[in-house]
Amino acid sequence: MPLSRTFLADLERLVGAGGLVRSHEGRLVYESDMHTFYRGAPDVVALPIRTDQVVAIVRLCRAEHVPIVPRGSGTGLIGGAMAPHGGVMIGMNRMDQILELDLPNRCATVQSGLINLSLTRAVANRGYFFAPDPSSQMVSSIGGNVATNAGGPHCLKYGITTNHVLGLELVTGTGELVRLGGKVADRPGYDLTGVAVGSEGTFGIVTAVTVRLLHAPEAVRTILASFAAIEDASEAVSAIIAAGMIPAALEMLDEMMIRAINEGSGAGYPKDAAAVLLIELDGPVGEVMAQGQRAAQICWERGALEVRVARDDVERALLWKGRKEAAGAVGRLAPTYLLQDAVVPRSKLPAIMREMIAIGARHRVRIANVFHAGDGNLHPLILYDDRDPEELERAKAANEELLHACITMGGTVTGEHGVGLDKAKNLPLQYADADLNFMYRLRRAFDPDAMMNPGKLLPSHPACGEGFRPARPRVPEGAWI
Amino acid sequence: MTSAFRGAGAPDVDEIRKCVHCGICLPACPTYRVLGEEMDSPRGRIYLMRAAAEGRVELSETFQRHLDLCLGCRACETACPSGVRFGSLLEATRAQLRRHGPPPKHRLLEAFAFALFPEPARLGAALAAFRLYRASGLRALVRATGLLRLAPALGAMDALLDEVPRPVPLPELVPAHGRVQGRVGLLTGCVQRQLYPQVNRDTARLLALAGYEVVIPRAQGCCGALELHAGRVDAYSARARALAAAFPDDLDFVVTNAAGCGSAMKEYGHGLPEIASFGGRVRDVMELLAGAELPLGRIDLTVTYHDACHLAHGQRVRQEPRELLRRIPGLKLVELADSDLCCGSAGVYNLLEPGMAGELLELKIARIVETGAQVVAAANPGCLLQIAGGCRQRGLDVTLVHPVELLARAVDAHTR
Repeated sequence: MPLSRTFLADLERLVGAGGLVRSHEGRLVYESDMHTFYRGAPDVVALPIRTDQVVAIVRLCRAEHVPIVPRGSGTGLIGGAMAPHGGVMIGMNRMDQILELDLPNRCATVQSGLINLSLTRAVANRGYFFAPDPSSQMVSSIGGNVATNAGGPHCLKYGITTNHVLGLELVTGTGELVRLGGKVADRPGYDLTGVAVGSEGTFGIVTAVTVRLLHAPEAVRTILASFAAIEDASEAVSAIIAAGMIPAALEMLDEMMIRAINEGSGAGYPKDAAAVLLIELDGPVGEVMAQGQRAAQICWERGALEVRVARDDVERALLWKGRKEAAGAVGRLAPTYLLQDAVVPRSKLPAIMREMIAIGARHRVRIANVFHAGDGNLHPLILYDDRDPEELERAKAANEELLHACITMGGTVTGEHGVGLDKAKNLPLQYADADLNFMYRLRRAFDPDAMMNPGKLLPSHPACGEGFRPARPRVPEGAWI
Repeated sequence: MTSAFRGAGAPDVDEIRKCVHCGICLPACPTYRVLGEEMDSPRGRIYLMRAAAEGRVELSETFQRHLDLCLGCRACETACPSGVRFGSLLEATRAQLRRHGPPPKHRLLEAFAFALFPEPARLGAALAAFRLYRASGLRALVRATGLLRLAPALGAMDALLDEVPRPVPLPELVPAHGRVQGRVGLLTGCVQRQLYPQVNRDTARLLALAGYEVVIPRAQGCCGALELHAGRVDAYSARARALAAAFPDDLDFVVTNAAGCGSAMKEYGHGLPEIASFGGRVRDVMELLAGAELPLGRIDLTVTYHDACHLAHGQRVRQEPRELLRRIPGLKLVELADSDLCCGSAGVYNLLEPGMAGELLELKIARIVETGAQVVAAANPGCLLQIAGGCRQRGLDVTLVHPVELLARAVDAHTR
């Protein structure tokens, strides 16, 4: 059912004609986030610049029972920022101001549309940084990071987004503006900030975020180690952790991924290696030097072909540029891919890598790997060509099998990308009915009419007792739900 | 669903499909920075092309609008991890729009621009008339009447131009100085030769000092870049072939000092295999000078460097101009924030889309003011015109030069 003319006129009054995208062509480009497998165009996109506009839009939508989908930069990997049921998409990217920098108290309050890296850039010359560093950080918004509780390479040592969020300004599904948490830690009562981080827009829309800023470490050492076999690299990861070190980051890339990245950013990863480890240590100089030597030694003992230390900041930046652009470079390998985000206990890494090779062979699909080895968070990219329906089926089968293998080994369905539309169906693998029902009820407390980002995070089928029904079920052409 | 693209020269679907929708291009895109709308971002534009190829959208006016608004700066190509050649996709899509799309929005203005800029003789005559217009006091009259406000494009043009220099005749052959490194041709360009003749003169002089014999064919015309970027493929092809034919075959390199021209010429081989080897020999002047020993004297100046899009993104030449400028004793080079964000010039874009061009110019000038530099160096005539016009309008005491002008001054300082 298309939106009524009066509704659109009301919306236009709130954000102006320049704040609305109504054309077919304009709406179409908002139909997917980075996971283009899922498509669902909104009926209209609103691009507010102020919090009061967001409040008014939510109230208007609530009165008319129109679903709302929040969107940041649209870089998510789970089909979170797309509109399977149409409705109003609220793009937060124009709300990108730093509202307050409070360096003595090491925190900042920013509008949720601010690009993650922009915050670090704004405070870097004063010796601070914002720790959560999803690979998309040069474009993804802090609001989007909060929504998915994003992780990143350096979360191994520093923790994920939730560990760095002190407070939120949230417009709930009822159109109320509430402040959760705040600058001062240890506030009385419920930790609602913790509850809301990772809620993927199903509680409402985050308009501002108060985040922790950290002092930049005294020294950083980035080591690149290459291996002839992916198992050797996996063994080295386990050994480094077992030795009592907590590197700032511990990343692995396989041969296929190395090739794609080298073609692109020219990161200069070794060409003939089956796997590359990127090990970063930071902290006081003495500690970093000592741990760097120990880590290098472990790599040699596990049969490394090459171990080298980035000579300077330029080389270090290039090594990281390659790593962070990995998912974006996959276009060099295949036009489409399925991306897993499953986690296994670190000790199972060698086993799951062997299993993955077997699964790829069984289903005749190529699987490229780039992942956070340090915390066992896998990102296998199962490559396929979507013009070949039979290959798509094989890719999907491999994807499911891989997910089940991870869970069998004691892992989880998603590490850091979130659930979205993509993993909602997998949640029952992880949670009992009682757990899911409790989550439904929690969601209702924030969004009683179930109009915030419907179809995402929680499974939409009523198999779990208390079914969740979107306000206006409608499946647009091309949607996969 | 049938494709909205028809016939030969449709955008390459495999190239479109290399885009994996990661969005890393978004912050690099000038129009996305200004508008914050997905359909005015590279990812959005590629998605629209894909939708057109899949028959999900028509080549509608809205579609055209989002493609028109693209500056073709190719900053997205620098950003793209998958190496999508956005420039080629844009050119092919514009060619499709020209053949099968709605009528262009600025038909008359465009016709005017394309009748003038790629024709050095006509441009020269027009500029001579402008010199008269300025000297006679007619300009003051026109400005006072507010006539220019009625025609924003003419207003934009009036604001761009200040002094029009007299032509500087160049010889057909400039002998190499000292040991001969090679024999090169020099493209004198259309706007460059009329508005910045001293840049061509300095280029030839520096190349000779660097040991190159410089051939400057009189008969050379336009390289076709403006037409290529607008999707006027036939006119582009004719000009490109004629240009290649105007240069002798025995040249080691063909040198340009205008980023837009150089970028198009280096890529001749993409659509015109018969002149691919000519394209393969094209170099920006700074690529050649970077490897040469130049006798440079002292100039005490604070300079900042603006990356012309078609040099930084189109030709991936970023370090050479900076290294050359740093070699000049006394010259202090300060980095410009967002140095590779388009200034809004973009060929004839500032005439066709004065609104967006003005927004980008504003951003550029704010960054320039932050540097405190007295001089801004940029290696493309369009950027020089656009940024100089903006500085003049704001009463800023900032001089715009091509890097070769600074190098030539340093050579003068050395001999003095």
